[in-house]
Amino acid sequence: MAQVGVLCVPLMIFVIIGYGYIKGINVFSVFKDGCSEGVKSVYGIFPSLFALFIAVSVFRASGLVEFISHLLSPVCEFLHFPPELLPFALLRPVSGSGSLALASDIFTSCGTDSFTGRCASVMMASTETTLYVAAVYFGASKTKNIRHSLKCGLLADLFSMIMSIIVCSWYF
Amino acid sequence: MLGIIWVFIILLSCLYAFLTGNINQVSEGFFAGASGCVEFVLKVGAFMVLWQGILLVAQKSGLSQKLSKLLGPLISFLFKDVKKESTEANLIANNISANMLGLSNAATPSGIEAMKELSKKSKNGIATDDMCLFAVINTASMQLVPSTLIAMRVSHGSQNAGEILIPVWIVSFLTLVFAICVCKLFSKRGEKKWHK
Repeated sequence: MAQVGVLCVPLMIFVIIGYGYIKGINVFSVFKDGCSEGVKSVYGIFPSLFALFIAVSVFRASGLVEFISHLLSPVCEFLHFPPELLPFALLRPVSGSGSLALASDIFTSCGTDSFTGRCASVMMASTETTLYVAAVYFGASKTKNIRHSLKCGLLADLFSMIMSIIVCSWYF
Repeated sequence: MLGIIWVFIILLSCLYAFLTGNINQVSEGFFAGASGCVEFVLKVGAFMVLWQGILLVAQKSGLSQKLSKLLGPLISFLFKDVKKESTEANLIANNISANMLGLSNAATPSGIEAMKELSKKSKNGIATDDMCLFAVINTASMQLVPSTLIAMRVSHGSQNAGEILIPVWIVSFLTLVFAICVCKLFSKRGEKKWHK
């Protein structure tokens, strides 16, 4: 089963490049165009990533994370929730760059292949930045009353956090 | 919102460090965070560039359009006021297929267009059921290959960066189903309130 994951990226690249070649598009030059868009988007997220990496690093260095985790550990233990994941779970719906910075921090401190690292990975990949999506889409359509959208989005985030832990405990 | 969180994290961390005598670690923390971010961008950003290149090929060769055609029946099943082959149905299909491939740059413009089309049926700036559903679907991730995440795992020395794919698919799918059901439920409850 684990082989699926290893194969996925090269296989997808093979199919996409192969299909492009058969369809007769100039694969190389389209690829380069895509890369220059990619450089722009990395450039675009860099300032906020930078700010958030610093915040996460200082937050951790100050010892405040341990203090908060310690305070919340009875609750986390009761729920079988790794305490290191709590800040991440709280920030995930709010900020994409912030959760990237926190996930990177978790990978450094707990390891990618630890239970916490795997849970953080699954949480990262199985939801979107709910507040951002709602703001962009409803802002663009000039909607004043978004009714139950945000509530549903956040409920879905909570559901996915819980499912991440359940599925990770079962799968690994 | 995030701006306030950021300011408070910095202030509280410094304050706590002053009180507990951790101030040396904090001053190192600023530099460690800064260089950590540059390192992150060099490793993971490089992969993001590669992936965007590959995905543009998928877009230009018509592969992503093929995927969006497959989604047509599902969309008319989920969105009650969207007719088959209509402009909004096509825009929603484009948005969802771009999201599935991880083309967020292509997904956002078509998503915004779709939302504008859907909002033509709304009154007084109140979101319709379909608009809520569309937003909620977009807040749940549908990405088939979480490329940034895999690159991050590789750069942090994971033994098997792709091992999380199957759990990610399971959780994403369940979350999407859950999100759609909850949204439908709220819509039903709201019908009395908003349509009187």
